[in-house]
Amino acid sequence: MNVLILAEQSNGVIRKATWHALGAGQEVARRTGGALHVALLGKGVAALAQELASSGATVHLADAPVLEHGLAEVHAPVLAELAKACQATYLGAAATAYGKDVLPRAAAKLGAAMATDVLGFAGDGAAIVFRRPMWAGNLIAEVELATPVKAFTIRPTEFPVAARAGGGAVVAAAVSIDPAALRTRFVEFREVKSARPELTEARVVVAGGRGTKGDFKEVEGLADDLGGAVGASRAAVDAGWVPNDWQVGQTGKVVAPELYFAVGISGAIQHVAGMKGARVIVAINKDPEAPIFQIADYGLVADLSKALPELRAKIKAGK
Amino acid sequence: MPLKILVTAKRVEDPESKIAVAPNGTGIITTGVNYKVNPFDEIAIEEGLRLREKHGGELAVVSIGGESSTAELRAALAMGADRAMLVLHDGPLDPVLVSALLAKVVEAEKPDLVLLGKQSIDDDQNQAAQWLAERLTWPQATCASKVETLESEAEQKRTPGLVLSADGTSLRVVREVDGGVELLDVLLPAVVSVDLRLNKPRFASLPGIMKAKKKEIRQLRSAEMGVDLTPRVVVRKLTEPPRRKGGQRVADVDELYRKLHEEAKVL
Repeated sequence: MNVLILAEQSNGVIRKATWHALGAGQEVARRTGGALHVALLGKGVAALAQELASSGATVHLADAPVLEHGLAEVHAPVLAELAKACQATYLGAAATAYGKDVLPRAAAKLGAAMATDVLGFAGDGAAIVFRRPMWAGNLIAEVELATPVKAFTIRPTEFPVAARAGGGAVVAAAVSIDPAALRTRFVEFREVKSARPELTEARVVVAGGRGTKGDFKEVEGLADDLGGAVGASRAAVDAGWVPNDWQVGQTGKVVAPELYFAVGISGAIQHVAGMKGARVIVAINKDPEAPIFQIADYGLVADLSKALPELRAKIKAGK
Repeated sequence: MPLKILVTAKRVEDPESKIAVAPNGTGIITTGVNYKVNPFDEIAIEEGLRLREKHGGELAVVSIGGESSTAELRAALAMGADRAMLVLHDGPLDPVLVSALLAKVVEAEKPDLVLLGKQSIDDDQNQAAQWLAERLTWPQATCASKVETLESEAEQKRTPGLVLSADGTSLRVVREVDGGVELLDVLLPAVVSVDLRLNKPRFASLPGIMKAKKKEIRQLRSAEMGVDLTPRVVVRKLTEPPRRKGGQRVADVDELYRKLHEEAKVL
């Protein structure tokens, strides 16, 4: 009844989402009485393995040039082999772009049914039932996976980060992939560089929508004043005003910051599904009928171009 | 290089419909709910049409479900797909089963490319493409997008976002990933799942709708395809999520700031 969690690193740093996935892994291990294992796949990532072992897990380090880019065609079979080797009955990852790409393919290799975007575990003892959103978060399902091995990705905002524990260790894993046989070729990664915190990890998120009419200056200004990240509605992204990966919503990023500003965002179900986990939601919109006001803790009906500079001045004066 | 393309069209609840739990607690109330092609599949169909328009070839569309899914296949045919297949299946669908049935269709059809929506907006699993690629041992590229925006000239001209290599052996895919975009080349045959910003699907024209009525929809039966039909992802219970209590209005920026500072203590 062991648990294997797929770790993820980016530019030599373990992603925060991985620590939440390990937190979920610790919960599964506790309930099933199994041992926690972690798989770290990449090139030149050995230094990070020890860090992961602080969770008390056995870290399987697959370090090879062929694993440099997170290609599913390569990472999935390596992960599936590791799952077999450590006799994992549960295989998990964070529901990031990498996790969602690689894990289903590894699950398919293992014949393991899978639950995506898991919010929590229900059921009794070792019989784990997965709570997950369906219909864009309009409903929450409790699902059972009827295969010997079960796979899942977790929504990082819903799980605590892993507790530190002793007994961790690092084991080197052999990688036997012939690069010449691959049918996927990595071309390039175009990073959207930002000095701001990662959207899913920020304490404050300021998001703009159609009401900004494409002018994100004050939205970005408020975010920077508060050391926060900038988000956007699908409408703003589709219009090409801001980059794709700013989108908050069921089909974009799911965030749960301390404080969320929805600025000129009407509050479509799709968007709300991505931010309703925020502790405090502020809506600023000139349309008093906007549905966003029904879920906002504080709603202000106002013209953005006046309200935002005023609010920024208040915040500066208050500091 | 003409391309033989297979694309999926799942019948799903219209995203504008109200979704509520049925009394049995494991399904939803279907009365008054409208159905349509999964919006992500619509993007896949559009991309398939653009590739066919540019390179020639054939676009076949497949759905899995009851007789009612004929409506979604007709919608895909009206957009311009050449022919359709319906895998008749009663009962719940999960990625394990869907990918097994699709793999059988692919083995018979032998397309160069399978295009699917990255997820269906009912289950929201985002798994079927990855499962299918693994079953076929084909390369995969998930969440295909493009660098140009949906307002760009390339989009106006319906330029495909998926770019076929000059020798027709591989496809370049721009993937939406965390922190940017990733460019991959996949050798054909391949499985590609599509994301929101790959294209804006066209509306069916009246002549398209008329022509669709005459196009073939071949029926297959899931029970006759040599696939284990046992559900592997079993929904035991559906509930509505806890609602957020909101609705407090503030009069002006002063009050907003004071509440955030003194009451919520987040500023």
